Order: sequence, then C-alpha cells, then structure tokens
Amino acid sequence: MKKKQKPEIDIDYVSKLANIPLSGKEKAVFEEQLKDVLNYISKLNGIDTDSIEPIGHITNLQNVLREDKPAPSLSQDDALKNAPKTYNGFFEVDAIFEEQ
Amino acid sequence: MTDFSNLTIHEASKLIQSKTLKALELTEACIGRAKKLNQQLNSFITICEEEAINRAKKVDKLIANGQKMNPLAGIPIGIKDLFSTKDIRTTAGSKLLENYVPVYDATSVYSLNNANVCIVGKTNLDAWAHGSSGENSDFGPTRNPHDLSRVPGGSSSGSAVSVSSGSSLAAMGTDTGGSIRLPASFCNVVGLKPTYGRVSRYGVIAMASSLDCIGHITKTVYDNALVLNVTAGEDGFDSTCTAQKSDDYTKDIEKSVKGLKIGIPKEYFENFDWKIKNLILEAVKKLEKLGAKIEDISLPHTEYGVATYYIIQPSEVSSNLARYDGIRFGKTREQFGSEAKRRIILGTYTLSSGYYDAYYLKAMKVRRLIRNDFVDVFKKVDVIICPVSPTLPFKLGEKVSDPLQMYLADIFTVTASLTGVPSLAVPCGFIGDLPVGMQIIGPDFSEKLLYQVGYAYEQETNWYKKTPKI
Repeated sequence: MKKKQKPEIDIDYVSKLANIPLSGKEKAVFEEQLKDVLNYISKLNGIDTDSIEPIGHITNLQNVLREDKPAPSLSQDDALKNAPKTYNGFFEVDAIFEEQ
Repeated sequence: MTDFSNLTIHEASKLIQSKTLKALELTEACIGRAKKLNQQLNSFITICEEEAINRAKKVDKLIANGQKMNPLAGIPIGIKDLFSTKDIRTTAGSKLLENYVPVYDATSVYSLNNANVCIVGKTNLDAWAHGSSGENSDFGPTRNPHDLSRVPGGSSSGSAVSVSSGSSLAAMGTDTGGSIRLPASFCNVVGLKPTYGRVSRYGVIAMASSLDCIGHITKTVYDNALVLNVTAGEDGFDSTCTAQKSDDYTKDIEKSVKGLKIGIPKEYFENFDWKIKNLILEAVKKLEKLGAKIEDISLPHTEYGVATYYIIQPSEVSSNLARYDGIRFGKTREQFGSEAKRRIILGTYTLSSGYYDAYYLKAMKVRRLIRNDFVDVFKKVDVIICPVSPTLPFKLGEKVSDPLQMYLADIFTVTASLTGVPSLAVPCGFIGDLPVGMQIIGPDFSEKLLYQVGYAYEQETNWYKKTPKI
C-alpha cells in the first residue's frame, strides 16, 4: 500500500499573505507541526457532503439591521488614545510610497 | 479577618442585602486573597483594588439607604482579560496588547457594572484564548489549585482558578471550543457555555466569530443562573445576538427532573479513562434515581468534531487577528506568541485561494451534519450528558510541544461549539484529589432546563463544598 502523503504547506508564501514575519527556526517547527494537523484534518475528505448546505449563522438569524440613524460614538481623543503615533489628530503611519 | 472564601453568591447576596455583611468587607477579603495567592496560582494579570473598593463602598451606601439591588450587587467577580474594560488595561494574555487600555466597556461588563458587581481583577488566559491548558499566556501559566503541578485547563484558566480558590465568587469567560467548560471541569467549578447568540459579544476580543460564546464560571449552579440573568439579552451592538427574550434563570430551578429524558451518546463513552467514565455514569445513575429516564443515543459524526473545529477556528482566527497592525492600538505583529502565529498561518493557508473549498467550505458542510445529529437527537431526549475532558488535569509542560495532542483535549467540547447549543459543565466527583466534570447539553436556548438538571444533581452531591487546600 502506498504510504499516505502528508499535505504540503508553503510557509514562506503563507507567512507573507498573513503578514507574519517568522524566523527560520519557527518556519521549520511550524512546517512539521502543521503537517500533522493538516494530516489529521484531512479525515473530513472521507465524508460525502455533495448535497449538504454549509452552515451560515448557526441559529439561523438573518438580516439583523439597525435603523440608519447616527448615534453618539467614540470621540476623536478616545479613538486616538492607544495609538503609538499620532499627528494633528490623526493616526500616523509609515509612508507607503516614499521616494528613495 | 473572617474567611469568606467558601461563600456562594446566593449566600453572600442575602448577607449583604440584609446588612449582615458589608460588601466592602467581602471585597477586601477577596482582594487580599487574590493578591496573596497570585504568586502561587497566577490567576490574575491585573488586580483592580481601587475600583473594586470604591464600588463596594457605593453598594454599602445604597443598601444603607434602602435601595433595592440586583443579587450581584457587591459581589466580587473576575473578568477574563479578553473583555474590554474601560480605563482598565486589557491584554488578551498577549504582550502585543500589554499597554492597551480600552476606552469602552464590553456589553457584558457594562451590564455587570449596572448590577454593581465589584471587579476584583482581570484574569489570566491563554493568549487570545488560544489554548486548552492556560500555558499559552505571555504572562506565565496559571496553576491548578487542586494540584500546583497541573494545569487548570484553558483558555479561561484564571477565571476558573479565581473562583475555585475563593478570590472571586464568579468570573466571566469565553468559550469557543471548550474554554469555559474545560477549566471549570479541571477546577471543580460550574461553567456555562450559553447558546450562540444568547449573550452579547460586543467588546470581547474576537477569536473565531462563528463559534465564540460569552459565559461564566461560578461555584454553584444557582449562582451561575444569577449571573446569566444579568448578561443574557439582546444587544444593538452585536448583530449575532438573538432578539429572543431571555428568562429568569433561577425561577423553577428546583423543579424535579422526574420524567425528563437524558440521552447518553455512545460515541462519548468509548476509549478513554475508565475511571472518568465511571464517575459520569454514576452521576447519570443519581439522576435516574431522581426520576429521569436514561436513553442510549448516537451522535454519529462526533469523530469529525475536532477536525472540523481545527479548520473553522484557525481560519476565523487568522481573519480576526488581521486587525492587529500596531497603528491604532497595540504593538506590531511580530509580538504574537507562537500559538497565535501557528493558528494564523494554518488559517491563512486554509482560507487561501485554491484551498477555501477543500477546507473551510467543506468544514462548514460537515458542521451541518454534526448539527443535524444533535437536532435529531433532541427530538427524542431533553438533554444529553457526556464528559468534558477525556483526561484528568495534566501536568504543566506535558503537551506544550505537541499542538495536535493539545487540540485533542477539546474532543468532547468542540461539538457543542460547532452546533451552537448550550452546555453546562458541572462537577461530578474526584479521582484522588483531581476534579472531574460532566457536560449537560440541551437544544438551542435551553439554559433554564440545563440549570434545573444541574441543580437537582448538585443538591444530591454538593461537590462544590470540596475546596482546594491552599
């Protein structure tokens, strides 16, 4: 019998997608551990779900909307209170398009 | 100082409201105990002495003036450090939010404050609520008060320990795959995972949005109902919260279980510690003696629970944790600990282009099958009884390097999370000095019935009176 193939995960690609910088050691450890997990979750492949509707909201709530009316909200000061960098009442971020 | 560490909310509330006991006295005792035990147990990340004392003084004053108060008034409680608390640091157990001070309260915290509880402190947890042992906290692991070499269960580790060790009379927690029920069971306390949507999640740091439930831990079943009376109900800030009216959960709690049908699912009683199995079956016998009818049932998709859960949950985790960018609050993304990183990577992978159908969509379909099992069974029986954990509280360090083994600790709890139904974890005895709990699971919004069953059993056994020797 052919040995069961472990699913592959491209750690570099996924860490870039997730915007999570990983060290070389982390990559190696995660790769092994996640292979185990992926192998375990692949047991779902054995279930026939062709005619099954996926779950949406578990107790079937639908279209919960509020009236479109403005209400009191956070003040600008409060909204900025935990920001590491602010400038003139705004969040400050590093420039994205910066001339070299 | 008098020892109040064994008081229940029900008892303390009567004493406070009849002016026999001052809320201040009780609160000072709990704060003192929390501070003293924290070196050993590490159940609190932040202790809120000043806030709690001020609240207690206010309660005593209102009672002296003859004001009618909620039974929770003046009751010292712990809040898992995942709930936003205005002007009180909220870390999610992660260094990333080490200095984060919310500018608003979670709805459940707001409701508890309206009932005039005294918040003893913010309890320790597995960072971002990721874990089954309490060991993933960036602020150090919490220890089990029944055996300091063992884990208290997670992720609401500090909440269970603060109640079990008498530093608070109740504590709020969150349950995404067992995070209230598991620590409750490991620490000999009562834990509720309510129906999905019964309690508002607004202001609680999100883990996996289609699974997250806000619940709480108490010493007794009656106390648990008292807390749900305050936290349950509709909230305009949480669109997943139901508009269905909440109940008075203490009303008729003494109702007999005579004639009630209890289902025993065979899949939950295979291949695990026979000593735990026997304790749970003894508990079932006790309920049979009280007049309940016991029926064997089957939930055939049980074995797919953990696999389904470990697709859906990390996928939603990766999406919820995407908001931590270090711009509006908190530190940058490298500050995530290894478990959060692992789940973000796994979830990003299962949601990524080309894999979504094979993983997330597939899991949401299997989730339907798991729910259908429960819906069918509840046509035949009123409640289900099964174990919380396949093992006793394990040793610190035992599973940290093997995530899959850690994930499998959730094997009996994830199904109620996936199906959205409520589950009450109730203590059902000890093996040596280590506690064992069982789950009482019912259909959507059957919390009242779960309390009746749990209460009837607790009256016979009083396991909560066996407190840890610390």
